[in-house]
Amino acid sequence: MEGELAHIGAGLAAIGSGAAAIGVGHVAGNFLAGALRNPSAAAGQTATLFIGIAFAEALGIFSFLVALLLMFAV
Amino acid sequence: MAGEAHSESGGLEFHPLDQFEVHRIFGDGPVHWYTITNVTMWMAIAVVCITLLLVIGTRKRAVIPNRTQSVAETLYGFVYKMVEDVTGKDGIKYFPYIFTLFIFILFSNFLGLLPMAFTTTSHIAVTAILAFAVFLTVTILGFVKNGSAFLGLFWVSSAPLALRPILAVIEIISYFVRPVSHSIRLAGNLMAGHAVLKVFAGFAQVGLIVAPIAILGVVAIYALEVLVSAIQAYVFTILTCVYLKDALHPSH
Repeated sequence: MEGELAHIGAGLAAIGSGAAAIGVGHVAGNFLAGALRNPSAAAGQTATLFIGIAFAEALGIFSFLVALLLMFAV
Repeated sequence: MAGEAHSESGGLEFHPLDQFEVHRIFGDGPVHWYTITNVTMWMAIAVVCITLLLVIGTRKRAVIPNRTQSVAETLYGFVYKMVEDVTGKDGIKYFPYIFTLFIFILFSNFLGLLPMAFTTTSHIAVTAILAFAVFLTVTILGFVKNGSAFLGLFWVSSAPLALRPILAVIEIISYFVRPVSHSIRLAGNLMAGHAVLKVFAGFAQVGLIVAPIAILGVVAIYALEVLVSAIQAYVFTILTCVYLKDALHPSH
């Protein structure tokens, strides 16, 4: 029984990947919207873009980690 | 942990996480810290490749670079500009460390994409060492350079006085979570990508109709992984630069 519950939990943790996808989409989409308005300033902000994407994405990776822990470590 | 799981699942003939198993190269027996395993072997291969690229690339020092030299120079110039842009002029001193981190992670990621290769950076043990080294370096550097003024990093002087203690707690938590997220981001991305590759490869054995789609999927994900390998090396390095900038100029 506990094994099945862990699998359900792992599936629920996968929702986190979708949430991270929303976050990354927000960052990239807003960057693109800004970059199209002022293309000359865009090149200097790519580092900020990647840092923002990395922060948003890290939490999705955390949920992936939780899923892995539930599948194999619990 | 992955070994016992796939005997009962029955769906796939191999487990997508089997590729991350650490094992000895010579003989059997327990793995000690000095044992030569597939991890240490692929790290050594990465180091040899980096040394060859940089030594051969800079040996002739031609005005018009050949291919090897321009690759070496591009990597060097790319990281140099990144350190200069993020940390400023006084961060250039720490460029060798950051360049070492970048090129080691980049080569580990790319070598891990070779078929039958082992991705050393997909192990949290490897990336945690790199991240904790960065964390310790940056913290010690911050205290050496600024003394107790480094604690100003946690005391947001631009915020209203009533909010500052709460912000200080949040800042301290976020400071100590840094090495965790720094290491898990790299390892998690690489591990997830390689596991997805294996899962798609597993679909190829389902049937004749599914197989071409699965192989196309593997090719597409492989291309994505090449991109992710480069971006994660870049992200790790640029976050190191950001942390370094915090240590050198802690004022908010």
